[in-house]
Amino acid sequence: MIEIKGLTKRFGKKPVVEDVTVTIEPGTITSFIGPNGAGKSTLLSMVSRLLEADTGEVLLDQNNVKKWKSSDFAKRVSILKQANYLNVRLTVRELVSFGRYPYSKGRLSAEDEKFVDQAIDYMNLADMENKYLDELSGGQKQRAFIAMVIAQDTDYILLDEPLNNLDMKHSVQIMKILRKLVDELGKTVVIVLHDINFASVYSDRIVALKNGRLMKNGPTREIINSDVLREIYDMDIPIQEQNGCRICVYFNSHI
Amino acid sequence: MRNSTKLMILAAIAIVFILLYGFYDIKGGFDYAFPKRMLRVTAMIITGIAIAYSTVVFQTITHNRILTPSVMGLDSMYQVVQTLIYFFAGSMSVWVLNKYLNFGAAIFAMVVFALILYRFLFRADKHPIYFLLLIGMIIGTLLGSFVTFLQVLIDPVEYLSLQSRLFATFTNVKTELLFISIGILALAFLYGYLIMGQLDVMSLGRENAINLGINYDGMVMRILILSSVLIATSTALVGPITFFGLIVANLSYQFLVTFKHSTHILGASLISIIALVGGNFLVEHIFELRTTLSVIINFIGGIYFIYLLLKESRAAG
Repeated sequence: MIEIKGLTKRFGKKPVVEDVTVTIEPGTITSFIGPNGAGKSTLLSMVSRLLEADTGEVLLDQNNVKKWKSSDFAKRVSILKQANYLNVRLTVRELVSFGRYPYSKGRLSAEDEKFVDQAIDYMNLADMENKYLDELSGGQKQRAFIAMVIAQDTDYILLDEPLNNLDMKHSVQIMKILRKLVDELGKTVVIVLHDINFASVYSDRIVALKNGRLMKNGPTREIINSDVLREIYDMDIPIQEQNGCRICVYFNSHI
Repeated sequence: MRNSTKLMILAAIAIVFILLYGFYDIKGGFDYAFPKRMLRVTAMIITGIAIAYSTVVFQTITHNRILTPSVMGLDSMYQVVQTLIYFFAGSMSVWVLNKYLNFGAAIFAMVVFALILYRFLFRADKHPIYFLLLIGMIIGTLLGSFVTFLQVLIDPVEYLSLQSRLFATFTNVKTELLFISIGILALAFLYGYLIMGQLDVMSLGRENAINLGINYDGMVMRILILSSVLIATSTALVGPITFFGLIVANLSYQFLVTFKHSTHILGASLISIIALVGGNFLVEHIFELRTTLSVIINFIGGIYFIYLLLKESRAAG
């Protein structure tokens, strides 16, 4: 279980995340939503030890993240940030193989290769596994990076806006894969999303942030309603139910 | 062609040049000339490997293929230390006479300088490459002027002694440092063998590397120290060769298609040896010492540097 306790981060004097306390329920997809600058990515970075918190702590299985050995932590929690520019020229397969580093330390065993194959299949990259990343489109590249964290085979997968650069088809595909990871393999996914409809339809729980503070934290059904969303986004968002999914209709050409 | 084949070819060329340098046109006393030549070749090999190795790992932690320890002014720091020692302690002090103390002081200062540079330039924010280059040039000029300033103040006799230390060349190798250099290089390779896998992961960038369980900031610190020690070794042996590391590292990136550091360190080292031994052979026997190798290297290297800059800016734009 991941527990976030009283986490605060300041850049200069400005608090970016302020006193956030959240528990991530295992076996769910939890979406972090909120307007730009709400501190979603910063929060995710602190949970995954990419960024050190000023105050507060993050616990993984009751142990402070700082106390975990980095290589052991990498077998439990993986993180993928949004900007992924690489300085080296790698093929898709080489990149995905790096996901096995916490286990293999660079020497892939037969079992490692199996995980790599699976991850590549999962992300539908089999036909381009020997292509170089710089030959791929933004969306394909994004999928290759997600395949890397899938190959890492951690209980917790943290993704920072993984749908950036992706068209609708691939966005839906990735959300479905994440759903499968949770439902079939019992993983826990924490994801920063901009499009609240993806959050509404695919996640089990939603954590809403605004100006660095925790606004709401609860099951998706409780968060996706017009009153709560108005509080978060300062905007009227009518909600329509379609096939049991709540869709936020924030497009309105008449205003 | 496979990478291993390419490495074999490079190794073969390197060996040919080493043999040529050792045996070509040996007149008079073989027993006199041959050991002397071999001593020089050894110095070239050590220097070449040290520069190649330090540049490749430095470029991994800075995520940048144009900056090298030398371009960032690291080897100017060597001159600063030596000049300061002569200025304050004098040529007869223990800091000069004890070569290990002298060498140690230089290494220490360069490591500290590298760590400070890193803290201010690479850590805080992502600066554009031109900013970093400019800072590197400014620091280099600043240190250079500072050195000149101190040098005009010292006693002329002291200055002559200092000069021989600052402008070491391949024809005037500091042989007394040869053994300690070999020792340092051996240790550096032993350490390199242990961290090779981590280096490969680090080339994915800080965030991906941490995700994969690398103690990134600690590793950066260690690699900076490694890189500074190697540059100190090569500078102490034969003096600064600014653009050399840049050429050999980038040639290796172009020639060998892989992300593996073990391959690139080996490749860049072999290219270094070819360039240094082959270059010196040409300078001594073809140009008959009418020019020096560092002039040629900086000339070719400077052009290559501008080419890389243009290529990079086109890729960015």
